[in-house]
Amino acid sequence: MFEKLFAGGDTNSLTMDAPHPASLLDSGVQGVISRPIDRVEGPLKVSGTATYAAEYRLDDMVHGVLVGAKIGHGTVESIDCDAVKLMPGVIDVVIDFDTFIRNSQQGGETNAPTQGVKEVDYFGQIVAIVLADSFENARAAAQALPIHYTKKDGHYAFEEHRDEAEPCQDSQVQGYYKQGDVDKALAEAPVTLDVTYVTPSQNSAAMEPHASIAVWNDDALTLYGSYQMPTSDAEQLAKSLGVPKDKVRIISRYIGGGFGSKLGIAPESVAAAIASRRLGRPVKAVMARQQVFDATVRRSNTEQRVRFAAGTDGRLTAVAHNSLTSNLPEETYFEPVGICTHFLYSGENRSITHDQVTLNILLSGSMRAPGEAVGMVGLECAMDELAETLGMDPIELRKVNDPDRDPEQDVPFSSRQLSRSLEEGAKMFGWDQRNRTPGSRREGEWLIGIGVSSAARSNMLQQSSAKVEIHPDGSATVSSAMTDIGTGSYTIMAQIASEILGIPVERITMSLGDTNDPPAAGSGGSWGAASAGSAVYLACERLREKLAAAMDVDVDVLTLKDGMAIGDNRQKAISDLVGEGMQALGEIKPGKNEKLHRQASYGAHFAEVGVNAVTGEVRVRRMLGVFAAGRILNAKTARSQCLGGMTFGIGCALTEDLIHDQRTGKLVNRDLAEYHVPVNADVPQLDVHFLDERDIHANPIHAKGIGELGICGAAPAIVNAVYNACGVRVREMPITCDKLLAGLPPV
Amino acid sequence: MHFTINGRSYEADIDVRTSLLDLCREHLELTGSKKGCDHGQCGACTMLVNGRRVNSCLTLAVMHQDDEIVTIEGLGQVGNLHPLQDAFVRHDGYQCGYCTPGQICSAVGMLDEVKKGWPSHVTGDLHDAELSDAEISERMSGNICRCAAYPNIVDAIREVAGMGDRDPVLKTAAEIGA
Repeated sequence: MFEKLFAGGDTNSLTMDAPHPASLLDSGVQGVISRPIDRVEGPLKVSGTATYAAEYRLDDMVHGVLVGAKIGHGTVESIDCDAVKLMPGVIDVVIDFDTFIRNSQQGGETNAPTQGVKEVDYFGQIVAIVLADSFENARAAAQALPIHYTKKDGHYAFEEHRDEAEPCQDSQVQGYYKQGDVDKALAEAPVTLDVTYVTPSQNSAAMEPHASIAVWNDDALTLYGSYQMPTSDAEQLAKSLGVPKDKVRIISRYIGGGFGSKLGIAPESVAAAIASRRLGRPVKAVMARQQVFDATVRRSNTEQRVRFAAGTDGRLTAVAHNSLTSNLPEETYFEPVGICTHFLYSGENRSITHDQVTLNILLSGSMRAPGEAVGMVGLECAMDELAETLGMDPIELRKVNDPDRDPEQDVPFSSRQLSRSLEEGAKMFGWDQRNRTPGSRREGEWLIGIGVSSAARSNMLQQSSAKVEIHPDGSATVSSAMTDIGTGSYTIMAQIASEILGIPVERITMSLGDTNDPPAAGSGGSWGAASAGSAVYLACERLREKLAAAMDVDVDVLTLKDGMAIGDNRQKAISDLVGEGMQALGEIKPGKNEKLHRQASYGAHFAEVGVNAVTGEVRVRRMLGVFAAGRILNAKTARSQCLGGMTFGIGCALTEDLIHDQRTGKLVNRDLAEYHVPVNADVPQLDVHFLDERDIHANPIHAKGIGELGICGAAPAIVNAVYNACGVRVREMPITCDKLLAGLPPV
Repeated sequence: MHFTINGRSYEADIDVRTSLLDLCREHLELTGSKKGCDHGQCGACTMLVNGRRVNSCLTLAVMHQDDEIVTIEGLGQVGNLHPLQDAFVRHDGYQCGYCTPGQICSAVGMLDEVKKGWPSHVTGDLHDAELSDAEISERMSGNICRCAAYPNIVDAIREVAGMGDRDPVLKTAAEIGA
């Protein structure tokens, strides 16, 4: 997608076909990389002056309020707009049954999502937008809008339709994998386990609701949106609207959280764009929180059957992880539940499969660590159960099954510190204090237990680019269509440029989140820092060459620090070398290296919980995450990413549960009072410990993804701790009091 | 109608249905206060009304013509940050930043409540509320942070409240010889 933009440009492009052992981040002397510096945009955020999507003020702007269908399956026969148009302040009701998108698009797709909304496939599907001179007038009219439907029977209940599941087929992720003979291995093994874990649908529940302001200038659209991947989102939007992609610009400077829910365009974007085109005025459409729940994206519910065959020494001979998930009709995305089961543990006989049940409930798509976040609940809780069956320490069981090479493809790991994470974590957390017998440690009303889980998350690199300019005054600007969704991109990209160019971070201006800047993969799948960061690295590498040439020294002897260039016993200010200014583009592309090695980040989670012996209430008392994810680019923001992931794990284990009415498909708990995300009082002191690591196979900055690693394994560590505390094994998430009460020991 | 916000006078002709939050965001160009749920469930809209923290999405603007209203913009500005704003930056008490103005306004109001001795759900002695980690977490639980900066938010508030650093609960890498 970058060819046109870069044709003839001065681009330093690298395709990762081979390892990249040397890194300018190791030879740089600015001393800023990896340091826990404060976020560069921090003062804007704490003073309320960072501008989010709905906060741009445009002349003559119209307020749009979206209207969702109030049936779960059927047809919109008519919408009576006439009376509503007479309500105070109402400007128009815009209906476009063919062009409105039925659901959000998945991340990274370059096509339009499923379009057409006359046929209703789920409760809350957006079918109209009401426009008025104020939010209050638009809201009142939207609530009053009469819509007439013909209802059809719908598939709302997973249990009723689970036997109709079809094998998953998706171009991006393997749905079916079989190796050896699992059944034979299970029949012959001295020790086996066969358990089924269930996780419910979940919602990302980012704090900022999805929002778009659309404004047309002749035939070109600018959309201020809350989007994680503006480059591909602009293509999705252009295709949805039937306009050339170079006529769509998306601006997403600040994004109030995404966690996957803003990877692809959501219904408000197309509705705002169509309404704006029709009215010839800017239109602002902000989803109500209930609409975010009803009509954006959920993580699929899962049913996971996990089977292990093992020797009495704990060595696995068979690993089977067979999952059921759900999605809307015609959607090929599936929650890749077994994604890390492919490479986490050894065992020559393997079966990792995914089947999908078609339901008339909201689109399922990516939520933080699609696959691992819930798939590791099945895998890692089953490992805990197997350890108990074997009478073996759960850490020891994991260590004896930590393979030297990828157990499915005959390739080495690029870097892997699973066992070391478990060992160091065990010492730091006090694993030796764990109950030998579940339920045997009690403090007053509270039963106390400790649990462990491995952490693993596949590492990805995505094509990305960035431009770096050094100005005549020696300051610099980094620009890219990369985003910062709270991850720290603004800061780490500035740190990379600072380290290589020897220009202090305070003198670097960041421009992110605008598709007018060089294209980038955006934020998703934990690839953002490595991908966009490598693009910055490559641009700066080219600038170093140019600075060396301007100074007439060999680039290998050039040292850049605090705005000065030093080499050949000469010293010059960088500002004196750049003339009218100097710029370069950097571009990274994934290559053969991702096939030559299995790339993933690893770690270990430890949790201590208290289970109230009287009420069954579970409180997390402390948690530790030990992580190895290549170079840590900023120790402060990386830690925060991990804290966030671990807290998502608390929600997954204990509170989060999207419930759809099985008779109507209506989402029952569609707000933040009823869908329970962890609050401050649910989260104790969490600790994060990073292991030193460089991954030379991943990219030139030697970093791997970290935004999702913190959730991968966090929930099962808690679930295993609950069992250790009270001896009740809950296999259906979340662990609410009712699931524990019957099994608790007598008070 | 007339409003006093951040010590400044504003005139606005607004609908009786307009919330205090929408007055600021949609009419007065004060977009620092955020709308996360519009139902008083998330706390992103928290402002100080006559010194007390309020979910501004749950109260109508017309009810506040005689009140002193402080939003995040009034607490401090870039280059002149309030101590809590500054502590949030240094402790990384945010990530995406969307809940942050509400968290900070809430923390200002919360510290004042403790100072006045108002008890909370976790206060042992109802006549002697004293700040602790549990008190901070309990009293800040009306402000959801999905990025989950909670431990850092507690640390930032601890610092401003003069409580010092937390006790480490873990052995350090050096202590275990790693």
